[in-house]
Amino acid sequence: MTEEIVIAGFGGQGVLLAGKLLCVAAMRRGLQVSHIPSYGAEMRGGTANCSVVISTEDIPSPVIECPSVVIALNGPSLVKFLPRIRLGGMLIWNRSLIAIAPSRSDLFSFPLDATDISLANGTERAANMVAIGALLRLKPNLVSMKSIEAALDEVISSRNRKYNSLNLRILSVGYEMAEKIVANK
Amino acid sequence: MLGKVLMKGNEALAEAALIAGCRHYFAYPITPQNEIPVYMARRMAELGGTFIQAESELAAISMVMGASAGGVRTMTSSSSPGMALKQEGISYLAGAELPCVLVNVMRGGPGLGGIAGSQGDYFQATRGGGNGDYRTIVLAPGNAQELADFTVDAFDLADEYRIPVLILVDGYLGQMSEPLTLPKPNGKKFEKSWAVRGSEGKSKNIIASLRLVPDSALEVHNLHLQDKYEKITEEVRHVDEYRCEDAEWLIVAYGAAARVARKAVDSLRTGGTRVGLFRPLSLWPFPDRELNEFAKEVEKVLTVEMSLGQLIEDVKLSVNGEAEVDFYGRAGGAVPTLDDIIGRIYSYEHQDHTHVQAS
Repeated sequence: MTEEIVIAGFGGQGVLLAGKLLCVAAMRRGLQVSHIPSYGAEMRGGTANCSVVISTEDIPSPVIECPSVVIALNGPSLVKFLPRIRLGGMLIWNRSLIAIAPSRSDLFSFPLDATDISLANGTERAANMVAIGALLRLKPNLVSMKSIEAALDEVISSRNRKYNSLNLRILSVGYEMAEKIVANK
Repeated sequence: MLGKVLMKGNEALAEAALIAGCRHYFAYPITPQNEIPVYMARRMAELGGTFIQAESELAAISMVMGASAGGVRTMTSSSSPGMALKQEGISYLAGAELPCVLVNVMRGGPGLGGIAGSQGDYFQATRGGGNGDYRTIVLAPGNAQELADFTVDAFDLADEYRIPVLILVDGYLGQMSEPLTLPKPNGKKFEKSWAVRGSEGKSKNIIASLRLVPDSALEVHNLHLQDKYEKITEEVRHVDEYRCEDAEWLIVAYGAAARVARKAVDSLRTGGTRVGLFRPLSLWPFPDRELNEFAKEVEKVLTVEMSLGQLIEDVKLSVNGEAEVDFYGRAGGAVPTLDDIIGRIYSYEHQDHTHVQAS
């Protein structure tokens, strides 16, 4: 099993943190992981992204050409990564901030009102948690909710750990949203 | 994976330097190695060590020279264009036989180039960009674990041979996070009776790279250095031989390029192709005899690098005509692809078959 996941959004939407959470959770399950942030000449307000590889085998390169999963938290990220998703891959996209539905039909597309769900829970900054929650449901063999919970304690700095329960709650809303989408398909 | 930590390569390297007892670190910022100074700035304050963001790369390497002359473990890090600026100091350190650890997290060049990872400084690292007949030991880690482990080794090698040791990393290894187990302090101690620590009641120690008197002094010193380099060449030969035993084709690669090559070896072996990976872990000294032995047994050697014809020079010198040497390289931040490597090895097999059919 190898998943090559790109998580992308605005700077500040927590894409690097989301990637790190997945990595730590998968690492604790005994899987091989790599995480690399994009560090091109990114502009303020532009896209930030990270590439996460989770595998049962050694990981040759942390750089992902054709991701198996893309989480796009804003419009520019969708534009950038949609063409690169592999055939039959998965796209999780933030419908709250992306007005036009993605044009490809050769992949599994899951719209999430990620920012709206986050706002409804009192913060605009947890769209990343909604998406990770959904991913947990859509890729059930990747990492468990329990391992993500442990990873939160490990990854989040002590200063921000007070938000862990809120993050977890929003994560499970994302999980349930994905559950509904799967049930309706 | 229990007990492992997920760390960025640059941070794993920095923490390992602290574990090795480095308390004097000097640098000037440059991407993609900036996590090292950021990490050191925080940790040196916690540990009561010295962190200085120097006014330039040359200032940083000169501070390393001063700290090393004082007998402490010291390090600087930079990336390609910044490393070019340090060459004057590296030559002086080598000439004065001062131990230190240097880190180059390579980015694409020439010039300011770009900020994505590359292996374009192989020549600079192994041939030396400074003046004079000198060498630095060059270590080439390939993952976060090796970044940490080799850093501890680098400090020991530097002290043992009184030589600058360069850890050659590419930007991808520096930037990526991977699980690793942090090394434990190994407790090795090195007597530094040559250090300049104040001479009250003792004879003076003088550390210099200028040697004018007598006329023969500089040649004598150079011959002494050569003896030392000869000794290192015999004693420090690090290589990882992966599935090489019965190989028909051999790939030579280091660092991030070697990770892709290793995967290609696994894929090709699954399909019945007998291919192995020879991964030098020390680039100077280069494990030439070891490679030559394998070259005698294989049909062809493929050099894979993230540069356009640098590693291949050492490969050819080592192979010394025992096998044909082919080349596949990417540059400017590009990473060799699995498909390209596999395709290249397949093409050798295919050529072989057409040759058999034609005859």
